[in-house]
Amino acid sequence: MTAVLAGDGHLVMLPAGATLRITDLEGNQAADTLLFDSADLDNRYSAVDTVREQANAYLTTGSALLSTDLDVLATVTADTVGRHDTLGGACSQESNVIRYGTHTRHQHACRETFIRWGAPVGITPRHLTHNINFFMNVPLTPDGGLTFADGLSGPGQYVELTAARDVYVLISNCPQLNNPCNGWNPTPIEVTLS
Amino acid sequence: MTAHDVPGGAAWSLRVRPGREVRFTALGPGACCSLLLLTSDGDRLNVPDTLKAQMSARIAPPMVLMSDRGVGLASVTGSSLDWHDALCGHSTDRHVTSHASYQEHRNDRRVSARTGLLSELRKRGFDRTDLHASVNLFSKVAVAADGALSLVTDHCAADDWVTLRTEVELLLVMSTSPHPLDLEWKPADVRVTVTAAPPDDGPRLSRAESARALDAAREVLA
Ligand SMILES: [Zn+2]
Repeated sequence: MTAVLAGDGHLVMLPAGATLRITDLEGNQAADTLLFDSADLDNRYSAVDTVREQANAYLTTGSALLSTDLDVLATVTADTVGRHDTLGGACSQESNVIRYGTHTRHQHACRETFIRWGAPVGITPRHLTHNINFFMNVPLTPDGGLTFADGLSGPGQYVELTAARDVYVLISNCPQLNNPCNGWNPTPIEVTLS
Repeated sequence: MTAHDVPGGAAWSLRVRPGREVRFTALGPGACCSLLLLTSDGDRLNVPDTLKAQMSARIAPPMVLMSDRGVGLASVTGSSLDWHDALCGHSTDRHVTSHASYQEHRNDRRVSARTGLLSELRKRGFDRTDLHASVNLFSKVAVAADGALSLVTDHCAADDWVTLRTEVELLLVMSTSPHPLDLEWKPADVRVTVTAAPPDDGPRLSRAESARALDAAREVLA
């Protein structure tokens, strides 16, 4: 079991059949997550293919996390929260400027973490696509709206992923301070492999 | 003026200068045009960043289409439709269940959006690594309160249209194969015309976020 502090990343090779538990230790902490087929980095998690094939915008127990080639990379096998976002993307220095202004250009952001922690296995910015935000609540509305709402997560809530093939799981424990996605106070998560 | 009719079920790509209006017109009902946006230095459309910055689950005027690097690549300056899907990706070979053989079907062979988009990307020096969530012009996928997604099949009629204004030099890569949730293969042709864009402050004035993305487009080249 590994604690991942806010603003840090974590890269784990999850072999087929193995399970990764991600725990929101103190509650309301976004764990931005990407998955890659370790044998083919272009065969990576695809948020839009995943939500379309399950005909639902949110992830929870039973969600098959699909790749660009529509292979199952992993399945969500446990979830104490109820639903997780995969359409809100990760924070980046550049998108922080758009959302909050130029004074945020050099604040820490998930995309920087993905770039730094993915590099040792050859994951480059070109490989970074639209991620999962575990523990984040981004409701869509029937009239076409999208909002960032108070988290449904709380201390000790967790989600488990079981790999369907050998996958890299790349996590950024989100350092965002400009919106409530981390309860205005980014806190540690815990990652456990079994 | 540049004009080209992309037949239903085909793919096409074109490079467009900044400040052009690209008009897409459905030439029949039920059109879908799955569109990717890239720049020559490797920036590309980022659908989640586009949606969250403008608090929207759909693409509609006067939104700005934003990139991985926080640049407003293009503005949606007008449309006869209030909803263009960006949540559901584009069709793959698994969605094309018949007419896969050229030997048997000649030019009625069906090609998925993915196959067409990849072919156009590769012609331009890009590859699978550069795939990203597409905007599916003319398609609407309704979102229920519980998150359920369903295609609205009577959303697009003949002559429906949408215009984009390019904010930087762009590569537009598109496929007119049916939306992946569309169970019928009845793709409509889509006309693409490119002209000089008229002045339009709508996107800039719509929200501070959209204006900052357009500022970034001006600063792409110092
Ligand atoms: Zn973040």
